[in-house]
Amino acid sequence: MSEAEVTRDGLQGVRPGREARTWSQRDAAAGSRDGRAGARRRRRGREDEFASYYGKPIINLPVWEERDIAGYLFAGGLAGASSILAAGGELSARPRLARRCKLCASAALGVSLAALVHDLGRPERFLNMLRVFKPTSPMSVGSWLLGAYGPLNAAATASDVLGVAPRAGSAASVGAGALGAGVASYTGALIANTAVPAWHAGHRELPFLFVGSAASAAGGFALLAAPAQESAPARRMAIVGSAAELVAERLMERRLGMVAQALHEGSAGKRLKAAKALTAGGALGAAALAPRSRLAAALSGAALLAGSALTRFGLFEAGMASARDPKYTVEPQRERLRERTQATAAT
Amino acid sequence: MSATAGPRASGGEQEANPLNILLESGDPAGSSGYEQHPPRMGFFTDTSLCIGCKACEVACKEWNAVPEDGLNWTGNSHDNSGGLGADTWRHVAFVEQRVAVGEHEPNFQHLPAAGGDGADGFRWLMASDVCKHCTHAACLDVCPTGAIFRTEFGTVVVQQDICNGCGYCVPACPYGVLDKREDDGRIFKCTLCYDRLGAGQEPACAKACPTDSIQFGELDELRARAAGRVEQLQQAGVVQARLYGESPDDGVGGDGAFFLLLDEPEAYGLPPDPIVTTRDLPRMWRNVGLAAGALLAGAVASFAGARR
Repeated sequence: MSEAEVTRDGLQGVRPGREARTWSQRDAAAGSRDGRAGARRRRRGREDEFASYYGKPIINLPVWEERDIAGYLFAGGLAGASSILAAGGELSARPRLARRCKLCASAALGVSLAALVHDLGRPERFLNMLRVFKPTSPMSVGSWLLGAYGPLNAAATASDVLGVAPRAGSAASVGAGALGAGVASYTGALIANTAVPAWHAGHRELPFLFVGSAASAAGGFALLAAPAQESAPARRMAIVGSAAELVAERLMERRLGMVAQALHEGSAGKRLKAAKALTAGGALGAAALAPRSRLAAALSGAALLAGSALTRFGLFEAGMASARDPKYTVEPQRERLRERTQATAAT
Repeated sequence: MSATAGPRASGGEQEANPLNILLESGDPAGSSGYEQHPPRMGFFTDTSLCIGCKACEVACKEWNAVPEDGLNWTGNSHDNSGGLGADTWRHVAFVEQRVAVGEHEPNFQHLPAAGGDGADGFRWLMASDVCKHCTHAACLDVCPTGAIFRTEFGTVVVQQDICNGCGYCVPACPYGVLDKREDDGRIFKCTLCYDRLGAGQEPACAKACPTDSIQFGELDELRARAAGRVEQLQQAGVVQARLYGESPDDGVGGDGAFFLLLDEPEAYGLPPDPIVTTRDLPRMWRNVGLAAGALLAGAVASFAGARR
């Protein structure tokens, strides 16, 4: 054991004699475990410093590409909710609304599937997703859901566009609408069932946030693309969806506690702020101006689509940011431990 | 204080989990369908004995043919592999701390500052991290292809001929163990040397460890041994010694690979109170169903009241 320590300020330290006291003895005498200096200073209250390992993340960062997976969260939601609008248009004799929404759903689904397969480390093995069915894995459930929803959606679109088998096409459209609700909502569980702090802490609200965002996007598309005389239901769905999205996001932010910082800072914060403005503005425009002006309807619809996309990309980035900084992993866990210790002490 | 002390319930919101029978059993191999299976095997990594030689990292790479994990200097003490990942299945952490030190502290240099009672010393903590082989493994739960499976030894292994690199297990792991091998596309992690276990041999890292900091064996026996060791250290005045991941009551049902640490877990880059997020999945599925229903109801209402 060396006698001295070489520091930037030169040689320091001498070998102590036998009388040197150990910190553990000294602390035992002082009756304190936190008395030692240096390694860790704890302050009272919420602003605890914690020891991190060179500031490195505790969990490994998701390996998902933002363009693929955040893009899928948006496109999948748009597809699912568009299929619902299409089914509604089908059943309520609004053929142009129905056809445009079917085409939108098919295009968005195509983009989704391409993004999902592209994001795999081994795209040629994408069929392995259907090897098993595991309710413990939202990705497995989602794969089967897409496996059922995709063909129905394609059949409904093909029947409409080609004008063949109209009754089967209608049935497929209604089926796609029913499954579309699942497609729009399961992605909440998909990202929440991870150790990513901002995603998992929002696991109660995310499905509602996502269906709201999906309804807002699909309604926005219909406002943009469908003729005014058929788009009234889409307008209503867009307004209700936007409101649901904004309320769910607010509730989620309150639940997240300190993790909500990840939703407010950096590029995630900018995206989510812009998303809120676009969603609220688009919904207001849809409510107040869209019935009177075709242009206002189209602009509102575009704002709603952009708002929904930015919500998904913003929440994706917020999750990444919360995974990068170990404080988002450690501090809530420390808080949980403290509460548990207090609860144990109280009983 | 043990980092994993206390009941598993957090916030009193624990629910029965019908989705995951593993959550109800301390016998992961048995509840995974092995009727006859060997005892659960695992690691006890006693970091008070670690000398930071990295023989475990090297032995693991040699035996499992793990590619190099970056020939770079991190500047973080002697740690140049950074953390667990696809190409780092054992990772030796080096924690440098300025603390007041004692005569019988493990892993320290006895260097009180010159002149006075400051007793400013330097402590070096070394710890060999590895996959925890959780009782309730989130990676296994979320794997959509069934590539990740439970072995008869109760360990968790990725089948490389099945994995399609979806990457779901990577953020699912509360410890940050699994990662994608970029040039390969698949996910890799410690197998607890499944091949060696099958041949009745101990894993390569434990075999190579010169100080028996890494101990391999039946989990029950390791837990008993660890309890004795932590008591021994406590009595010797090392009040910071605590076990990490040994308790079946923690948020992952106990680790198959657990540790004796000399500081808070986060100082080593470990989460202080990890949970398997799948335990919240029943509530998530319920809310997914409610949200889907709300979306359909909202659509019906939108159409029902709309003017033509």
